[in-house]
Amino acid sequence: MLVAVFATLAVIAIVSAIVVVLHRNPVFSTMSLVVTLVSTAGLFVLLGSPFLAALQILLYTGAILVLFLFVIMLLNVQRERTAVTRASGMVIAAGICAVVLAGAVIRLFWAAYSGATFAPQNPESSSLVTIARELFGAYILPFEMIGLLLLVAVVAASWVAQKGDPAKSDTPEAPDAPAAASSVASGGKS
Amino acid sequence: MLTPTVVAALAMTGLWLFALINVTPIMLWLERRAPAFMQDRLGPNRLGPLGLFQAIADVLKFIFKEDVNPAGSDRLLFMLAPTVGFVASLLTYLVVPFGPEVTVAGHTFPLVVIDTDAGMLMFLALSSLGVYGLVLAGYSSNSKWSLMGGIRASAQMVSYELALTISVLAALVPSGSLNLSRVVEHQIHQHLLGFLPAWNIFTQPLGFLIFLVAAFAETNRLPFDLPEAESELVAGYHTEYGGLRMALFYMGEYQSMAILSALGATLYFGGWSVPMIDANAAGAWIASLPLVSAVLSPGIGTALFGFSVLMVKTYTFLFVFIWVRWTFPRFRYDQLMRLGWKILLPLALLNFVAVAALAVAGKI
Repeated sequence: MLVAVFATLAVIAIVSAIVVVLHRNPVFSTMSLVVTLVSTAGLFVLLGSPFLAALQILLYTGAILVLFLFVIMLLNVQRERTAVTRASGMVIAAGICAVVLAGAVIRLFWAAYSGATFAPQNPESSSLVTIARELFGAYILPFEMIGLLLLVAVVAASWVAQKGDPAKSDTPEAPDAPAAASSVASGGKS
Repeated sequence: MLTPTVVAALAMTGLWLFALINVTPIMLWLERRAPAFMQDRLGPNRLGPLGLFQAIADVLKFIFKEDVNPAGSDRLLFMLAPTVGFVASLLTYLVVPFGPEVTVAGHTFPLVVIDTDAGMLMFLALSSLGVYGLVLAGYSSNSKWSLMGGIRASAQMVSYELALTISVLAALVPSGSLNLSRVVEHQIHQHLLGFLPAWNIFTQPLGFLIFLVAAFAETNRLPFDLPEAESELVAGYHTEYGGLRMALFYMGEYQSMAILSALGATLYFGGWSVPMIDANAAGAWIASLPLVSAVLSPGIGTALFGFSVLMVKTYTFLFVFIWVRWTFPRFRYDQLMRLGWKILLPLALLNFVAVAALAVAGKI
């Protein structure tokens, strides 16, 4: 039963991840990424951590990908129109590389996890309290460094936005969009 | 498969679905009659007692309207968009509690569908998916009004989600848990000045104000209904929709209003509790009433009591939604963004830091 749910979610996640790469329409790509992230959140629930699942949906699906869509719609990005290169040496070389890489990855995972069974982890190990203690205890320095990094990104983004045409930076959306992305990430994290 | 826990979860889901589906007709009626009286009119009063059947007529009208697909629209996304918002708003009730732990037929379970310590986060996560319905509707309609509405919706909802989340976090601090059942229990068992129930509205009035404003913006209600501003955008993201798909947008909006109202009641007004009344005693009393005593056990009586109390509080909130809608004019878009980022967000952070400091000092 559990394995069937896992398999369904995994297949949905992989198929929609492939659609993200292959689809010509950026809006469809973004929506496929939403499906990927939601089904990965489902995998977190199966592993016994509703907390991580909720965070995944809240941050990535609910905030960051909405901003992706916002930018795509604001810039009115059209369907990709470049012609596909057919049957050149490049395609053959890329195909060989892809097969080799896939083989290596499968071999690696097979060696590491072939004996493992799928089972929920101990709920305590990924509960809210445990994660909070780890983040604000053992990993306090990297945690604060990430906060600093995001702050730098926000400052840089607003500087870049204001450096351009001063007439354009008067529109309320333009400086807000990148700031929104970074501060959503830092706000949700703390 | 049908263990007692599963049966209880299904029964509670049924109760919630019944209540949430019925929010739309009740609100359709209320939103016509209440403003009519505010403006010294009568409102629709011909169909049934007090015009109550007007909602049925509205629904019939929606069902029999033609389902139009505009030329050049993205068919798949156009059909999908209304359901996305509808489903996202329909899922969030899962973590809202409506009673204490009860024992029915020998099995004890809490009166909430999913009892997890990530409850509040799950609520925020699921409700944040609702924006996709609006954005996709705006994109797929192939109309500039819809596109503008969709863009506005995405920017507005992401901006106000921050203030909403931080004010909600502050409300969770006193109980020290993300589980909404714990939040309600904390508000029941503590008392302020010896008599006042420790509802968060009394300890965090600023946080409640931020929550309320952000909730209006999150549900796109006036004065924040910029995504569908009819004086500028015809009808915004749902300009091209008609018939049942349009009705789905309506239902999604009313349901997310109702569920945010239930959340507000839970976080700030003691949820399913009534001061001075013990829910279990009230449940036992309901179950002992003459006509129903044969079918109701005290546990189910408690559930009904808690649910009714929560619904009364929810509808009080919903009335405030209507009241505000017919009182305030719409914001301009830059005013909306300034309010969200430069006023509400700093205030929410200030509130959160103050509450956290008080909690560390042991005052809450």
